[in-house]
Amino acid sequence: MDLRELYQEVILDHNKRPRNKGKVINANRHAEGYNPLCGDMVALTVKTEGDKVTDIAFDGQGCAISTASASMMTEAVKGKTVEEAEEMFKAFQKMVTSQGVEPECEDQLGEEIMSLAGVREHPVRIKCATLAWHALHAALQGEEKVTTE
Amino acid sequence: MSLRISEHTACRAIEPSLRNIPKGLRCPAQGFLPWVSTATTIPNPEGVAYLRSNSSQVRFPTSQTNMTVAQQPPIELGQTIRNDFPILSVIARGKPLVYLDNAATSQKPLAVIEALDEYWTEANANVHRGVHFLSERATERFETARETVRRFVNAGDTNEIIFTKGCTEGINLVSTGLQRHSAGLSARSTKGNADPNSPLPKINPGDVILVSAMEHHSNLVPWQMLAQQTGAIVKPIPITEVGEIDLEAYAQLLRDNRVKVVAIVHISNSIGTINPVKQILAMAHKAGAITLVDGAQAGPHWLVDVQDLDADFYTLSCHKIYAPTGIGVLYGKRHLLEALPAYQGGGSMVRTVSFQETSYAEIPAKFEPGTPNIAGVVGLGAAIEYLESLSEALPFVRMVRAGEGEGVGDAGSGSRQKLQNTMHAIHQHELLLANRATQLLSEIPGVNLIGTAAEKAGIVSFTINGVHPHDIGSILDGEGIAIRAGHHCCMPLMTRYSIPATARASFALYNTLEEADALAAGVRKVKEMFT
Ligand SMILES: Cc1ncc(COP(=O)(O)O)c(C=O)c1O
Repeated sequence: MDLRELYQEVILDHNKRPRNKGKVINANRHAEGYNPLCGDMVALTVKTEGDKVTDIAFDGQGCAISTASASMMTEAVKGKTVEEAEEMFKAFQKMVTSQGVEPECEDQLGEEIMSLAGVREHPVRIKCATLAWHALHAALQGEEKVTTE
Repeated sequence: MSLRISEHTACRAIEPSLRNIPKGLRCPAQGFLPWVSTATTIPNPEGVAYLRSNSSQVRFPTSQTNMTVAQQPPIELGQTIRNDFPILSVIARGKPLVYLDNAATSQKPLAVIEALDEYWTEANANVHRGVHFLSERATERFETARETVRRFVNAGDTNEIIFTKGCTEGINLVSTGLQRHSAGLSARSTKGNADPNSPLPKINPGDVILVSAMEHHSNLVPWQMLAQQTGAIVKPIPITEVGEIDLEAYAQLLRDNRVKVVAIVHISNSIGTINPVKQILAMAHKAGAITLVDGAQAGPHWLVDVQDLDADFYTLSCHKIYAPTGIGVLYGKRHLLEALPAYQGGGSMVRTVSFQETSYAEIPAKFEPGTPNIAGVVGLGAAIEYLESLSEALPFVRMVRAGEGEGVGDAGSGSRQKLQNTMHAIHQHELLLANRATQLLSEIPGVNLIGTAAEKAGIVSFTINGVHPHDIGSILDGEGIAIRAGHHCCMPLMTRYSIPATARASFALYNTLEEADALAAGVRKVKEMFT
C-alpha cells in the first residue's frame, strides 16, 4: 500500500513547519483536546472579537496527521466568524467519515485540508485528524477539555 | 557427531492425516519440516549436521556436551516452524505479513486451532457439573490442561493453578482478596472474621506497596485501588537510564518497615528488560512482604519456575502464550490461596449454601466461580503441549545451556526437560533477532533505542527524532509490518523517559532474520519520508 496517499507532501510540510504553533496572548477562549488512545494532546488558544476569530494558536504533541490537521485548521479559521468556523468543523467531520467525494466539503474547507481525506482508509487515524477540530469546537462552545473517546 | 530423527518422528511430521500423531506435530498440508521427508544425516567435523531433502538444505548445530547456546544459535527456528502458524501467510496491504507485535498478542499454531475445533465438535459440555459422557470428557480435558499448566510453571501442586480471564484479572483477584483480608473478612465463608494466624499481611493506613517504574497499568492500577481502600501508599521502585531496576534504591525502600507487598513485572512489555526477580523476591521476603510477579511477557519467551523464584503469586496472560484470548493463569502458593478471601461469588465456588451463610469450596474452585472459559483452557493446554513437542521435533532445540539441567545435549525424557529445551531455544532465537534489529536500527541516524538493559528479551522499543511513533507504525503498516506504537499501557514509564510513546517491535519463535531486516528497511523508509 502506498502511504503517500496518507502522508501527502502538504501534510508532511505542515508537520515539519507547523503554522500558528504556540499560544495566543490575550486569548479569551481555550480548550485542550486529548486522544487517550495514543496520548496525543492539543492545547488551543483562541481570541475572538465580536463574532470573529481574530487569532488562534495550538500547542501540544501529536503525530504528523494531528499536527498537520491542527496547523491547517488554525490557518483556515483565522478571520472567519464563529459560525463559519463551526460550519467548517461539521464539514471536516463529514469529509473524514464519508465514503466518496463531497464537493460541498471541498468548497468549504479548501484543497489543502482536503489532503487529509486519506485518513478515511485508516480508521484509527481519523481521530488524529479530528482532534484539533474537536478542540476548536469546544473552545468556541466554552468547554475546556475534550477527548476523542 | 551425527544427528538423527527417528523414522517415527519423520513420518508423523510428514503425514498429517495419521490419527495418532500428537497435536503439536499436526501440520498444514505440506510444509511442516519439509526437510524431514528424505532426511539423511551427514556427520560433519564442525559438529554441524546437514539434513537433505528434495527442496532444501538446512543447517543445524548438533548437540555437543560442551556446547553453549550462544555459540550455536538455532537461527533456523523461525523458518522451520512458520508453517505451523497459518495466519503468518496473510497478505497485509499487498505485502507478506511481518508480524512483530507479539508482545501485544501472539499468533496461534495449528495445533491450538485444531484442539479448539476438536473441543467444539467432540467434547463441548459444562465442566464439573454433569454426570453424562460429554461433561466428563470436557472436565477431563479441562483438568488435564491444569496439570499441563502446573508443569509449565513448575508449581508443586495442581490446585495452585487458578484459571482467570487474563493476567489483569489474576492481579485484581489478589489485590481484591488482600483488601477483603485487610477489612477483616473470612477467607472461608460469607460470615466470620479473618483468621488471626493468617499468613497474609493486613494492609493498614501508611503501609507501603512497592511496584517498579516499568509496570504495565495492570500491575499498577489494582494496587492503587487497594491503596485507596486501605490507606496504604503505592511507591515506585526507580529504574536506571538503561531500564534496569535500581537495586540499591529498592533495598533502601525496603528498609522502611512498612512494605507489605512487592509487585513486579518479570519481563517489561515496553522495553524488554528481564528483571532479576529471584533476587527481588528474596529481598522482599526478607523484609516481610508478600510478592506478586506479573509474568505476562515471561510466559511466552522464558522458562518460568515459580518454585525456583519463590514467588507467592505469579500471573500469566495466555493469549501471549500462543493460546486463545480470554484466558489467564494465576499461580499462588497453596497456603496463601487458602488464606485469601474469595474474589467473585457464584456457582462452583461454594461448598454449602444457605440464606444464613455460604462456605467456600477448596482451591482452585474457590477462585473459579461460574462457567469457565473451557475452550480457552483446552487451547492453552494444546499450546503448551505444542511447545513441548517442539523439543522432540526439532533436533536443534535439543540444546540447553552447558552445565544446566540434566541431559545436556539430550532431549531428555520428562516434559519439563522438553520445555526447558524449547524455552531456551525460543529465548535465544528471539534474542538473536532482537539483537540484529537493534544493531541495524542503531546504525540509522536519528533512531533512539529505549531500554538497553544487559538482560533483555526480544523486545525493541525505539523513537525517531522528529517522527511520532504513530507515523512510524502507519508507514511500517504500509509495508505489511505490524508493530505497536504508543505508551504500551506504561504511561509512568514514558514519563520516566520524557517521551509520549515509542514504536515497539517484539519478536516470537516464528519470526526470522529476514523480518528483522525488513523492520530496519521499513524504518529507513520512514526516515526518507520525513526528511
Ligand atoms: C507486562 C504485562 N502485564 C500485564 C498485561 C495484561 O495482560 P492481559 O491484557 O492479557 O490481562 C500485559 C499485556 O498487555 C503485559 O504485557
